[in-house]
Amino acid sequence: MIELSVYLITPVMLVGAWITGTLLERRHFQDLLRLESGAREILAMTVEDLPAGWEVEECDLVIGNVVISQDYFKRVAASIKGIFGGRIGVYEPLLERARREAVVRMKEEARAHGHDTVINVRIETSPLARARSDAKGTAGVEIMAFGTAVTLRAGTRKRIGPGGGVPV
Amino acid sequence: MLISNTQEIPGKTVVEFFGVVSGSTVRAKHIGRDIAAGLKNVVGGELRGYTELLAEARGEAIRRMSYQAEELGANAIVNVRFATSSVAQGAAELFAYGTAVRVE
Repeated sequence: MIELSVYLITPVMLVGAWITGTLLERRHFQDLLRLESGAREILAMTVEDLPAGWEVEECDLVIGNVVISQDYFKRVAASIKGIFGGRIGVYEPLLERARREAVVRMKEEARAHGHDTVINVRIETSPLARARSDAKGTAGVEIMAFGTAVTLRAGTRKRIGPGGGVPV
Repeated sequence: MLISNTQEIPGKTVVEFFGVVSGSTVRAKHIGRDIAAGLKNVVGGELRGYTELLAEARGEAIRRMSYQAEELGANAIVNVRFATSSVAQGAAELFAYGTAVRVE
């Protein structure tokens, strides 16, 4: 009986992790849509030099970061897929949502400082600890978005196009 | 201290260069956060403890860099870059560097 339950732990954990992980991911994407539309009026650009005619009053360095990890089931699935190579689809949404979250947090910090535009935005990715080959151990990845938040003199700012709220 | 990752402080002019200034800190996550993160690691998602830890550590690195720039007599740091490296299991180095300048 005890042996049987030991054999059952891993599959139960896998299924549990899959269901909760997928639900959490779906909810995170919904939250992101809400957060992104909230931060829509903060314009983020990767360009370093401001377009001619834009005058800056104040500036600040702003940072948004997030450490995210994949669920146990998807880690195992990715390690199996890794044997054959090719596209590891389960990791794409993970990194996408982490990047979007980091950009939103950066924009929120800019807003908290009273700025309306972020220029020279850079996004960096760094793995915190490598996952062990058996898919155990912490496998967090940190995504950090940073840029220079500026306040533009009233009237010099250009209109934001329909793509303004789309993450960089 | 004005800090920016652009070549120049927007809206100001650089009048003097003081060279490279940097600040770093090595942080290890503590056991409480580690256990919480380990559990969160099963279902995936954000490891909030680590997010905060790294944000705090990066703030410390920036403070050290600013202090160095202040000692040189600078009032701004331009072209700031960051580097993160995990030096050991559970420990990460946060490094910030830039060019100290005086702007007007």
